[in-house]
Amino acid sequence: MYHFTVASSVPMAGEADQVPILPYLPELIFGLIVFGLFFWVVKTKVVPNLEAAYQARAEAIEGGIAKAEEAQAQAQAALENYNAQLAEARSEANKIREEARSEGAQIVADLRSQAQAEASRITESAKRQIEAERQQAVVQLRQEVGTLSTTLASKIVGESLDSDVRQSGIVDRFLAELEAGNVRPEKVGAEPGQDA
Amino acid sequence: MVLAALSPVLSALPMSGEGDGHFPPEPQDFWQPLFAIPGTGFYFTRSMAAIAISAILLSWWLVRTTRNVSVVPSRGQHYTELVYNFIRNDIAKDSIGAKDFLRFVPLLFALFVFILLNNLFGIIPPIQMPTMSRVAYPIALTAIVYVVYHWVGIKKHHGIVNYIKWMIPPGLPAWLLPLVVPLELMTFFINRPLTLALRLFGNMFAGHMLLVVFIVGGWELFTSDSIGLKFVALPAWLMAVVMTLFEALIQFLQAYVFVLLAASYFSDAVSGEH
Repeated sequence: MYHFTVASSVPMAGEADQVPILPYLPELIFGLIVFGLFFWVVKTKVVPNLEAAYQARAEAIEGGIAKAEEAQAQAQAALENYNAQLAEARSEANKIREEARSEGAQIVADLRSQAQAEASRITESAKRQIEAERQQAVVQLRQEVGTLSTTLASKIVGESLDSDVRQSGIVDRFLAELEAGNVRPEKVGAEPGQDA
Repeated sequence: MVLAALSPVLSALPMSGEGDGHFPPEPQDFWQPLFAIPGTGFYFTRSMAAIAISAILLSWWLVRTTRNVSVVPSRGQHYTELVYNFIRNDIAKDSIGAKDFLRFVPLLFALFVFILLNNLFGIIPPIQMPTMSRVAYPIALTAIVYVVYHWVGIKKHHGIVNYIKWMIPPGLPAWLLPLVVPLELMTFFINRPLTLALRLFGNMFAGHMLLVVFIVGGWELFTSDSIGLKFVALPAWLMAVVMTLFEALIQFLQAYVFVLLAASYFSDAVSGEH
């Protein structure tokens, strides 16, 4: 390439010999025209499109950021809502548990007192029944002992103790002595009826 | 250091004699006319072809990748947006401020990709010459920036008189004015455009020279008769590879610097502060 042009072979040697910092006029004009055309292309066909893309992208990014912020706010609200619900549910559960506990304690106490009352009632009635039966037994025994002992005694002494008044007086006296411990069963005899 | 090692042998090389001996490279080598433009006495040069190709390529790519833009970009749109967002946000918005930057974005973006591709032409075969090493193009681009920032400044300050008044820092003692006023006016009207254009031109020009020294110089060494010199061609070409990578960085950097400075000039003009 370099060997292509030879300054000395060009007729206009004057142009070649001039100082390199002085412009060659056709180049200056041509440069202005070429750059002018290029500038026109850039200004009318290139930069408007690039600016449009730039603005669209900026808007897209800003829109995206706004959307993301909105989504984040929504998520935050949902989280707070959820947390509030959770706290509410927790306190409610606590309340219910507390209630159940106190209710249970109440029930247990009630049952216990009921059972106690029932038990004491049963005990009481059993005691009363036993007492009544004992009383009855005593009365019956006393009558039978009287009859038996008088029959026995009359058989032994051969004496009829018909008189009720005497009979009862003797028996009562005997029994009183017996209770006081003055009469020993062995002294009367080995009769089983005397033990009562 | 390779250059230093080469210097003793350079003098031994045949430099005159053949008409197309291009070592060492000279500023005249940048003059590469292709054909005469009939009736004008002017020539269509190789750099004009390169700059036209760059505009066509860039237009094709940018229109193709942005015709159907979508929020989820295609691969091509993604690359275009990468560059566009860099210019839009990191340069225009940061320099000019969020209020006014948008109306300068098309110009800054066009300038950046245009300069970048034309610079990269310096290492892209088969062009392999940065278009901006021809001073006419940096001057043309600087002229556009120059006109725009003065135009914006005059509109901002409601007239050229107020605009020039604004250039002078307020609160100066009167005896300093004769000193400061010319300096300030020079800054706005001469220094800024001059440095903007020459920085880009100088970097590309020098970078191209440097690559030519190592590549063509290596070739000259390789084709020389001495066997010793043939071996020296190897480090020269190695250096050419390193320098090519280095140039790629410079080419990007110069496009960036040009656009950054243009943005700061626009920023000055619209800010209303000194």
